Amino acid sequence: MQMKKLSTLACAAAFAMLSGAASAQVSGNTVKVGVLTDMSGTYSDLAGAGAVLATEMAIADFIAEAKPEFKVEMVSADHQNKADIASNKAREWFEREGVDAATELVTTSTALAVMKVAKEMNRITLMSGPGSTPITNEQCTDLAVHYTYDTYALANGTAKAVTQQGGDTWYFLTADYAFGQALERDSSAVVTANGGKVLGSVRHPFPASDFSSFLLQAQASGAKIIGLANAGADTTNAIKQAAEFGVTPKQALAGLLMFISDVHSLGLQSTQGMYLTTGFYWDLNDETRAWSKRFFDKHKRMPTMVQAGQYSSVMHYLRAVKAAGTDEAGKVMAQMKATPINDFFAKNGRIRDDGRMIHDMYLAQVKKPDESKYPWDYYSIRQTIPADEAFLPLAQSKCPLVKK
Amino acid sequence: MEIFGVPSALLGSQLLVGLINGSFYAILSLGLAIIFGLLNIINFTHGAQYMMGAFVAWIALNKLGINYWVALLFAPIVIGALGVLIERTMLRKLYKLDHLYGLLLTFGLALIFEGIFRDQYGISGQSYPVPELLQGGVNLGFMFLPIYRGWVVVAALTVCFATWFVIEKTKLGAYLRAGTENPQIVQALGINVPLLITFTYGFGVALAAFAGVLAAPIYQVSPLMGSNLIIVVFAVVVIGGMGSIMGSILTGLGLGLIEGLTRVFYPEASAVVVFVIMVIVLLVRPAGLFGKA
Repeated sequence: MQMKKLSTLACAAAFAMLSGAASAQVSGNTVKVGVLTDMSGTYSDLAGAGAVLATEMAIADFIAEAKPEFKVEMVSADHQNKADIASNKAREWFEREGVDAATELVTTSTALAVMKVAKEMNRITLMSGPGSTPITNEQCTDLAVHYTYDTYALANGTAKAVTQQGGDTWYFLTADYAFGQALERDSSAVVTANGGKVLGSVRHPFPASDFSSFLLQAQASGAKIIGLANAGADTTNAIKQAAEFGVTPKQALAGLLMFISDVHSLGLQSTQGMYLTTGFYWDLNDETRAWSKRFFDKHKRMPTMVQAGQYSSVMHYLRAVKAAGTDEAGKVMAQMKATPINDFFAKNGRIRDDGRMIHDMYLAQVKKPDESKYPWDYYSIRQTIPADEAFLPLAQSKCPLVKK
Repeated sequence: MEIFGVPSALLGSQLLVGLINGSFYAILSLGLAIIFGLLNIINFTHGAQYMMGAFVAWIALNKLGINYWVALLFAPIVIGALGVLIERTMLRKLYKLDHLYGLLLTFGLALIFEGIFRDQYGISGQSYPVPELLQGGVNLGFMFLPIYRGWVVVAALTVCFATWFVIEKTKLGAYLRAGTENPQIVQALGINVPLLITFTYGFGVALAAFAGVLAAPIYQVSPLMGSNLIIVVFAVVVIGGMGSIMGSILTGLGLGLIEGLTRVFYPEASAVVVFVIMVIVLLVRPAGLFGKA
């Protein structure tokens, strides 16, 4: 009897030690990265399959470089830009498939939903595609990283530069939902702070295809600059129709969120001269060119900032797992925050307490058709916005994690 | 001068823009009304066929060097022929069944077509240039009217009224209408009714493709351009009265104008106003404004 009790105890002790040892390692000896993105909707060109490819490249490069003892796997799914689909999928991944990190998450509403689930299940979220600032403010969590850009950085780049160069009266064409309104609010603040004046705005339904009525109202306002506080197909259609109605070039357009995929699909004829803020441009330097050419060979399109940021964030995450020797979310996140990011995407990037990854942003101007010398030669970089100025200062942050 | 606090020049330009959009609604809802009136099929593929019309024009220009004017004819023929194929091989088998089956089949086809184009061309769309002859604009005093938009109104309305004339005033139209009322007797009179129906579907689809070509220089040619529009167009058909030819044309134009005005006075509601009107019409006149109860 005594004997049996002892052996049970011994077993239990051994078991406890075993599981204790396992928790300091990678669970199941596999790190699983989930890519949850828009595979078929409005944002599928700027994220979508390209973001999945970027993740695959990051994993392959990491394995080649670090030769980890653990396996790295990837799963991906289409969240259709719907928050409920995104959070259900993320829950299923975390609970049943052992996914360690949910990544990409274009469209703010999906990102916010998944961040909550991930926090509850003690997993990591890496967000490259979504844009709104609440991700690292009111709704911030200690296990989430907002990697590539946000509405503050966009407004701070484009609206500031345009206002300072004499575009001091603005009229906004705003997509009537959270993202558009956030972008309008942030940009208006920047315009006013730089001595400009906002003459008015019109809220258009999201998505819309005909912008002529709204453009005529913007035209009637007499503002020098028409700020497009929208994204994707709304932006491209508005730009196209502005030229048609003779709004441009008399008044200038400022695309507050434009991706290289938008410029590519519109062509330089209708986008030339526009200012935009971006976190990445493929033709910046040898490093960005080398990576982007590899991406291009597989995808047949140059990467958007979201896709490049996706690669960089996944790589940073995997290196942190290796360095921490575990896939436990808290320890990996501590490692990620302690390590500066230095790769083709970011120089001396770092993740702040609120989860914001800060890195240099670029103010670009779209080239004229005759300035473009080779395929995808679209931007002239006018200004580098240093990391510390590009994003919302921590002093103004509404994130409870920030110690003031 | 101001009307309700809005400068009259702005109001005038918004009405004109409303008329332009109304022409698109008119030509698309006309196709739907013909197909529903004569075939009893609720053609949910209509938006996809409109989108494919625009894509055929784009492909024709960029790969085959076919210009806009030829594409105005070429794209409707290609997409119309595809419609004929769909009618012959699939829709035909559903005529005896409930409307719902036709709706499901055409809805499924729309998703497949959109998926194919999305896979091939991505979502951001392609740019189609305005043809040289129609570039530029005229200053009307109260607004700058792009010549191309003016052309859209003329082209769409001409095609709409020509179609109305053929169906309501000619012998061919009389056969068509008789064929749907009582196919057996018309067949007995020596008229090939199934062939007539096939071509009617093909024609309805060709109208959608024609609208697609008209739209190509205005909007980005994108796989989703049809699904953005089709729901509104269905509302137009319901308001006008399912199957009423003239009803769909006039309702299309009228709703374009109302939508234009909404965009001035309360832009946030401009996406909903058509549906609010639909609800009111259904409550007051369930058969639609021009439908026969």
